[in-house]
Amino acid sequence: MKFALAGNPNCGKTTLFNALTGSTAHVGNWPGVTVDKREGSYRKKGVKIDVVDLPGIYSLSPYTPEEVVSRNFIIDEKPDVIVNVVDATNLERNLYLTTQIMELDRPMIIALNMCDVLAKAKRKVDVKKLADVFGVPVVEISALRGKGLDEMMRVAAKAADGVREGRSVVADAPAIAELVKEAKQRYADAGADNIVFRSIKAVEGDEQEKAKNPRIFELVGMQRNDEVDYEAIVADARYKFITEHCSGIVSGKPQGVKLSKSDKIDKVLTHRIWGIPIFLVIMFAVFHLTFSEDFLYLGAMGAIPSTKTPSVWNDIFGNGAINAPGTILFNLMDIATSSLGELIAGAMPEGVWYSSLVNDGIVSGVFSVLSFIPQILVLFLFLSILEDSGYMARVAFIMDRAFRKFGLSGKSFLPLLMCFGCAVPGIMATKTLEDPKERRMTIMLAPFFSCGAKLPIWAAFGAILFGGQHSDLIVYGMYVLGIVIAIVSAILLKMFVFKGEASPFIMELPEYHRPQFRNTMVHLWQKLKHYLFRAATIIAGSTVVIWFLTNISFSFQFVEDQGDSILGQIAQVFSWLFVPLGFGMGEDGWKFVVAAFSGLIAKEMVVSTLGTFAGMQEDALEVDSDQLLSTALGTLVSGMAGGAPAAFAFMAFNLLSVPCMAAVGAAYGEMRSGKQIWAAIGYWMLVAYVVSALVYWIGTYWWISLILVALIAAAIGIKIYVDKTKKRIAPKNLTHSGD
Amino acid sequence: MEKRLDQLRPGQSGKVKSIDGDCKIKRRLFDMGLTPDADVLLRKVAPLGDPIEVTLRGYELSLRKAEAHAVVLEV
Repeated sequence: MKFALAGNPNCGKTTLFNALTGSTAHVGNWPGVTVDKREGSYRKKGVKIDVVDLPGIYSLSPYTPEEVVSRNFIIDEKPDVIVNVVDATNLERNLYLTTQIMELDRPMIIALNMCDVLAKAKRKVDVKKLADVFGVPVVEISALRGKGLDEMMRVAAKAADGVREGRSVVADAPAIAELVKEAKQRYADAGADNIVFRSIKAVEGDEQEKAKNPRIFELVGMQRNDEVDYEAIVADARYKFITEHCSGIVSGKPQGVKLSKSDKIDKVLTHRIWGIPIFLVIMFAVFHLTFSEDFLYLGAMGAIPSTKTPSVWNDIFGNGAINAPGTILFNLMDIATSSLGELIAGAMPEGVWYSSLVNDGIVSGVFSVLSFIPQILVLFLFLSILEDSGYMARVAFIMDRAFRKFGLSGKSFLPLLMCFGCAVPGIMATKTLEDPKERRMTIMLAPFFSCGAKLPIWAAFGAILFGGQHSDLIVYGMYVLGIVIAIVSAILLKMFVFKGEASPFIMELPEYHRPQFRNTMVHLWQKLKHYLFRAATIIAGSTVVIWFLTNISFSFQFVEDQGDSILGQIAQVFSWLFVPLGFGMGEDGWKFVVAAFSGLIAKEMVVSTLGTFAGMQEDALEVDSDQLLSTALGTLVSGMAGGAPAAFAFMAFNLLSVPCMAAVGAAYGEMRSGKQIWAAIGYWMLVAYVVSALVYWIGTYWWISLILVALIAAAIGIKIYVDKTKKRIAPKNLTHSGD
Repeated sequence: MEKRLDQLRPGQSGKVKSIDGDCKIKRRLFDMGLTPDADVLLRKVAPLGDPIEVTLRGYELSLRKAEAHAVVLEV
């Protein structure tokens, strides 16, 4: 048996799905987290039932691609029962969808979710009356607390045994009754299914129905009066039915004018003046807690004495300052991985080629990636809390105006924000955007938002550059650089490629609620699993390949100098391309070029490739065997021929270039066009090249920035001048067309 | 008196009379509950002056002034 969960966005379908199937799908507190259907199974007393979680929809007239997924599934795949999840705290709008689902010839039940939240306000839904009004079984549940779920499944299984015929609450509305009756007759004659549903859709003039049954649609269309707005009549009739039959169905007093807790929080967080500063401070606080080596700037204020004698204590908690929690965890992990690395190195026989493969290749490559796990988890802990609380939906509200300037809407903020985690779900989340133009543009900008896999690069370089004094600023700076580049390229894309009006922004703002501990942990666990999986597969595999390519020459001999190796030879041919970017210069330049290119496969590869190179530098090993990785890598990075500007250019290149093969795959999945995906790849590489060249040259010769500012000012000046001349001509055109 | 939704000030409310404008946006506004006789309260305006947040049918909806202009209210 197959049950489908259908309902409004953010009504708790995924929470219910997780509770039923024991799976750990991602749940968030904003509309549209689920963008594709998801299947699992419910097992109890030897019964196995398939459960399908569908993307949230407001109506069965789809508006966005993910809504099409839901509608097609409900209609074409014929689940045995449709479980219509209804948010009891927001009954009126949720039941609007119910009036549409009940038009289908499918057994259905109503799962009244969040009854516990309602009960807190001493209110209750009259379940019996609700069941009578809609003619389907109603079960009270709390998906979050796991209450009423078995009862719900029992009722649903019973409903599946029966047959249900579609029923409409609007078919008798005077303005359309005749038309609907005739349409029903035509569909019945043609032997169609879901007659009631299709008739109403045909009367409304629904595009999907037109594509499905063009002949009948046309016949019905001939009867339609062009002066009448049928969609308005149908929508109005549905809401009228709900108001008429369901007023007073909830006992107890509504909140009324008194401000709820949620409203009070909202008043502060979306304040006209303080809203944006608060957002920036929250974001900075998150990065400070995760990466700072001078927590609360206690060290800078001179509150912590520093000691000269090195100690493990200082390595972990900082010297002359206190490390932020994220940094402390990182240090612990780093000590653990490097001790383990030493242990493995000690156990291997000396002077054999495969010990070098294990120690310098796999161990230093994979462990360099693993030691960043604590900081990644801390960062995502904060982001997950912000998302789960409902704050992120407000950020979309606050930022919409700014986004519209760039041809996007506040809604594209959500997918782009996900890209800070990983570009793959971020790109997939662009399904929630209505406008294809906006969707494509959001995908083009997605890689500029620094993802979790890039974090180790920033963290490693942050710990090395300037003696690790400003690592939080460097990391924060990379995130900001990504955002700035995204904004600039959005402006350029809107000006030259995606011209025209911005798409609409109509979005529900969910109530704030306390983040769920379980939810947050599930989210973190998934991140961890994903990261470990990649470390064990693609990263471990690639480090082995790179180790061989950097240790074997074209004549399949082990080499002394890596410069003679296969990869070394190839990279040296191409590294002149990266000389303008600073990091291609010098004796070790080609290593950074290889690292940057391995980053196109997966960004975790950048640090692990550099780790592999660094691990092979004998002298680096001798300097400090305690912290093998960071010191060896430190020697490599501080030895860059282009100096710190080249290091920043290298980071910028990794930030902006093709994010990873998985993201390219996801982008292709959304764009469905070879031409578009190549354009996107070309665009990412071009931006990465240009920006990192600028970073290097401005970092080396600061006065170049003055030339740049002058050029930009000139460009703006020319644009203003051109616009003015256009305006002067425009009125004439108007009078002409007026004639 | 007749007013457009984007002309309300925070704290003011009205009853939906009709919706005009682009077909697709109109459809979405209907689905979100902006149908004749619905009570709408303007909650607040975003820091940058747009979009706006309204309360209707017991929930919070955010939309831009450009879309709100299509909603004709009786106040």
